[in-house]
Amino acid sequence: MAKTQISMTVNGQSVDALVEPRTLLIHFLREQLNLTGPHIGCETSHCGACTVDLDGKSVKSCTVFAVQANGANIRTIEGMANPDGTLHALQEGFREMHGLQCGFCTPGMITRAYRLLQENPNPTEEEIRLGIAGNLCRCTGYQNIVKAIQYAAAKLSAAPVQEAAE
Amino acid sequence: MIPGSFAYHRPSSVQEAVGLLAQLGDDARAIAGGHSLIPMMKLRLATPAHLVDLAGVSGLKGIRADGADIVIGAMTTQHEIINSDLLAAKLPILRETSVLIADPQVRYLGTLGGNVANGDPGNDMPAVMLALDATYQVAGKNGDRGIKARDFYQGAYFTALEPNEIVTAIRIPAPPAGHGYAYEKLKRKVGDYATAAAAVVLTMSGGKVASCAIGLTNVAETPLYAEEAGNILTGSSCDAATVKKAVAAAEAITSPASDARGPAHYRTKMAGVMLTRALARARQRASA
Repeated sequence: MAKTQISMTVNGQSVDALVEPRTLLIHFLREQLNLTGPHIGCETSHCGACTVDLDGKSVKSCTVFAVQANGANIRTIEGMANPDGTLHALQEGFREMHGLQCGFCTPGMITRAYRLLQENPNPTEEEIRLGIAGNLCRCTGYQNIVKAIQYAAAKLSAAPVQEAAE
Repeated sequence: MIPGSFAYHRPSSVQEAVGLLAQLGDDARAIAGGHSLIPMMKLRLATPAHLVDLAGVSGLKGIRADGADIVIGAMTTQHEIINSDLLAAKLPILRETSVLIADPQVRYLGTLGGNVANGDPGNDMPAVMLALDATYQVAGKNGDRGIKARDFYQGAYFTALEPNEIVTAIRIPAPPAGHGYAYEKLKRKVGDYATAAAAVVLTMSGGKVASCAIGLTNVAETPLYAEEAGNILTGSSCDAATVKKAVAAAEAITSPASDARGPAHYRTKMAGVMLTRALARARQRASA
């Protein structure tokens, strides 16, 4: 099948590539761009491990074709740290509050929580739980993940809001 | 899981989209948010040779009032429905339903048009559209037409839509201010389809039910419009005895499959439980 030319911005970098139309965004990110932060979990749009931010939306990149993301602005966990290289408040929160054990779900959790806090900077616990309902964690029971997001929300609302590196 | 090969098309107008679908024939599928179609393609249950992506088609998004109707573009996402002030004021049942669909990530991309046009009996919006007496605006190579939601569903994945047609908008007559509404869904977990679900839209006048429309989700090959149940309730005070009769009438038209969500008789009973709850909540929300 003929390949299609696509271009997009990924973590602030312009990317041009040739892809088969059937290439899923998660495969494009991991195998062509070597961005292995977004994980392949269930491959059935349930687990959320492959979550990336696409034009201001949290999406499951296993259920988007790379060609559909032509022209998009994408952020993965690799683009989450602050411009000076320090950890984003969410990354710091997950470390401080023990928001991970095996870490498999963490890139998706943080990327999803990033968009949640952009839309709702001071979520209640219930809003956090509903907001991450599309991300499964099989280790933690979610308690510390919720605490990690609360930590980040508190830190971000105390400081002037800082966009992660474009 | 890698889908089969296909050619990708990205038209920019409705005319171009329906032209492509007509030209490419049965091997082509339109794709909206893709969250039903792409999983089917990954499982190779769907193997279209051509995908016609509607994401770049202008004029398919947006929510607006048009006289007494609310018109929602087919490519409007569940996320946009949840955040619409107009819908919160005029059609709050849509938000109540949307938040029960899948999960936040899926709702950013999943569209109302895809949800109603796909013909999956597990989709939640069709039953709501049956209760609201919505009309689907459709464009095809032979021009535009409107199809009543109540005439649209023919079987699992079989609808009144011709292969070269796409749904462009959903037109809903806004129920009067003070109407009662509820969508009650039993599901095993976040992201699951309904074991059974019920949509109710009713109006009250002088303590009596002036009108009552009921839709049921995932308890037959198609979403069900429970017309007789609504008729039984109309004119009553929504008292327990009448509700029981109406629920029995609704249960009688179900024919669910026995599957991982439970045996058929259980799912029929759960449709009744969901309807009982939805009626109580709709009644409580209705004024007068």
